[in-house]
Amino acid sequence: MSVRRLAEKQSETFEFTPENKAWLDKQIAKYPDGRQASVVVPALWQAQKQNDNWLSQAAIENVADALGMAKIRVLEIATFYSMFNLAPVGKYFIQLCGTTPCLLAGSDEIIDVLQRRVGPQRRVTDDGLFSWLEVECLGASCTAPMVQINDDYYEDLTAENFEKLLDNLAAGRPVKTGSQIGRVSSEPVGKLTSLTSLYGDGAK
Amino acid sequence: MTKILVDGVEVDVPSDFTLLQACEQAGFEIPRFCYHERLSIAGNCRMCLVEVKGGPPKPQASCAMSVKDLRPGPNGAPPEVFTKSPMVKKAREGVMEFLLINHPLDCPICDQGGECDLQDQALVFGVDSSRFHENKRAVEDKYIGVLVKTEMNRCIHCTRCVRFTAEVAGTGDMGAIGRGEDMEITTYLESAMTSELQGNVADLCPVGALLPKPQSFRGRPWEYQKTETIDVMDALGAAIRVDSRGREVMRILPRVNDLVNEEWISDKTRQIVDGLKTQRLDRPYIRESGRLRAASWQEALAAVAAKTKATPASRIGALVGDLAAVEESFALKLLAEQLGTPNLDCRQDGAKLNPKFGRASYLFNATVAGIEQAGAALIIGANPRKESPVLNARLRKRWLKGDFKISLVGERADLTYGYDYLGAGPESLMQFIRSAKPAEKLLVIVGQGALARDDGEAALTLAAQAAQNLGGLSDGWNGFSVLHTAAARVGALDLKFTPGAGGLDARAMAKAGALDLIFNLGADEIAIEPGAFVVYIGAHGDRGAHRADVILPGAAYTEKSGLYVNTEGRVQRAFRVVFPPGEAREDWAVLRALSGALGAPLPFDSLAALRRRLVEAHPHFAQVDEIVPGEAAQVIALANHPAVAMKDSFAPAIENFYFTNPIARASAVMAECSALAQGRLAQAAE
Repeated sequence: MSVRRLAEKQSETFEFTPENKAWLDKQIAKYPDGRQASVVVPALWQAQKQNDNWLSQAAIENVADALGMAKIRVLEIATFYSMFNLAPVGKYFIQLCGTTPCLLAGSDEIIDVLQRRVGPQRRVTDDGLFSWLEVECLGASCTAPMVQINDDYYEDLTAENFEKLLDNLAAGRPVKTGSQIGRVSSEPVGKLTSLTSLYGDGAK
Repeated sequence: MTKILVDGVEVDVPSDFTLLQACEQAGFEIPRFCYHERLSIAGNCRMCLVEVKGGPPKPQASCAMSVKDLRPGPNGAPPEVFTKSPMVKKAREGVMEFLLINHPLDCPICDQGGECDLQDQALVFGVDSSRFHENKRAVEDKYIGVLVKTEMNRCIHCTRCVRFTAEVAGTGDMGAIGRGEDMEITTYLESAMTSELQGNVADLCPVGALLPKPQSFRGRPWEYQKTETIDVMDALGAAIRVDSRGREVMRILPRVNDLVNEEWISDKTRQIVDGLKTQRLDRPYIRESGRLRAASWQEALAAVAAKTKATPASRIGALVGDLAAVEESFALKLLAEQLGTPNLDCRQDGAKLNPKFGRASYLFNATVAGIEQAGAALIIGANPRKESPVLNARLRKRWLKGDFKISLVGERADLTYGYDYLGAGPESLMQFIRSAKPAEKLLVIVGQGALARDDGEAALTLAAQAAQNLGGLSDGWNGFSVLHTAAARVGALDLKFTPGAGGLDARAMAKAGALDLIFNLGADEIAIEPGAFVVYIGAHGDRGAHRADVILPGAAYTEKSGLYVNTEGRVQRAFRVVFPPGEAREDWAVLRALSGALGAPLPFDSLAALRRRLVEAHPHFAQVDEIVPGEAAQVIALANHPAVAMKDSFAPAIENFYFTNPIARASAVMAECSALAQGRLAQAAE
């Protein structure tokens, strides 16, 4: 984490689309009168989704008005959670896990690839496709190293398959989410190393 | 009630007390930064850690754990709290060390030095040296308005300021953005705070992060002479402490008075300090061929005496302004009686309040503390936020407790709480009186906006009817409450400083050709038309002095001792802090000298003698800090007046909160605040 401020270059206006407005009204109706502030995180999330995955000042103020909150209260939320991007991000926003298990499993190599292909953190590539950010543990340590691109996890990365992944994304080809080496959920790589008497080849 | 042992001392406290309160009850002080009696509990500074037996086996934040959270011992022994055990000592040292990790060592250049909670507590509870050898965190200073300066490196994130603006002030100006080490206290994108109570955040700040901007780098707290007195910027009469150095007033701070202002004061009360030094009248002046020239006291008094002797009594008038103390108003009344004129008035705004209706007809009968007992409120022609921001905070406090319906007739405004808007004028009020259901303990607040007009008496009657018909009058409850804007008004009404038989009121006196001689005791909000010879007794060169033919320099409220009666009828004593500048004298002494020049000296030679005469004539002025309550029967009598048709909407009593009196108008800080507020208004209108 670092000091989080609103982006210097802001978009002029923000209005929820009619569908999102209807969605927001439905969410607000879930809470008792005078407790609309409870919807602030979903509302900001929806605003971010609508606004190319980042929150502008106009979006924050729009949410504050919609929920009858002081603007500073919404700014507090938007700057607290790292899931809210306060500056524009690439079409594919890569969050790279650099916490201990991923580091041990080789996240450095992935960082090298990102630095070479995308550039420094937070910079959006000229074609607007990629930007990346190192984040804390995303909870997929057993399939480390891993990144999150927009809403999906991509696990068991190596420099090679990650490069291929980026190529496919850039070219608009379909990509496989989850493990890149065909693992299912968190099962071991290769064969079982424990509980072999109960499962797998060694099971009676 | 629950028994609890604090360091072996048994105390019996309500079970909803926090451990911190229980420890204080037992006589043990707990260090704290974030905890504040009048704000919600945050529990984030961790300085108040104590050890408990009967709860979790770890240091506990005593501000955030209540007595009922603790279990008794196996044999029913009361739970125990330790405030001096080794665990507590170690915990406090640890917390203090962490707090100081990022706190700069700049006490020698910090204005908070000498009155800093962190400084004091580091001395008592901290260790002698730091083990932190890394770089300290650096935080950008924020702009949060013209009254509060920030030094954000010093912030320890207690969030008192955030809670104050959100809860007490109700404007939600401040917040904490980011998190963890990067948390920063700021306003929304460094906009200026919008509350009229914003100066209080500097008092609340336990360190030197938020400081009063106009006082920065002026002095140290131990250099100041501290005088406890009463504020006169509005009719609330907030308890203040005025700090002075030599002949100069340095700053004004609130004092605790739970019955009046709790511990808050408005920005006007706090920051008119520079207005006490500018535009002062420090010598007498006489107008000669259209221009004012400096004169000696003898010359000025002789000029007034000559004019007085040449004028018949019926052509003389006397006006009392908004900041006059009771004694000088009384002295002026004695002088007027001696001259034999019936033309007296203290209502320069033309408010139709009249002592003949009884004292209850012009008091805030519910009392300020009584607001918290009210069951509903009806506000008529008042904007409490501008007319008395601290009283407005009380209303908000009651509103936050819930089950408190507020209705408003008059100008629509942001009052920091929600209300039902009934309409702009008397029609809506009459409709409401006819149709509304009575409420338990209704509070009817009637403002000067409804009263200061030709048909103001009808508005007063309507308000009394609202109180009578809608539950404003019951056993032990008189909800009929007049909200005054002038500190001198209630005291002067108590003196019956109103026109005698056949006398003219203030507005009639000001008309051209009505009078030949007017004694003006600091009335600056009224335009006296050309014609009359005006003797102005006052402290500031404002509208009154510009119109005057003779100026007799008086004392500002910090320069004289005197009684003031606040809007609820509480008699309070103000004390002299410094002496008046130059040749200016206390106003009662000016009037005494004037009577001497007229050849008929008033019967007192000292303030004490004057006060004795005052108390003989009006015994209730002897009961300082007390309220002699008004009688409900007077309100009922008022309600039985025949209703008079009224038309126009109620206009606001105060156009500009920052410019309501000559001292405030002389203050550059108030001018800055006003410009900011006007800018906001213009922006909102766009």
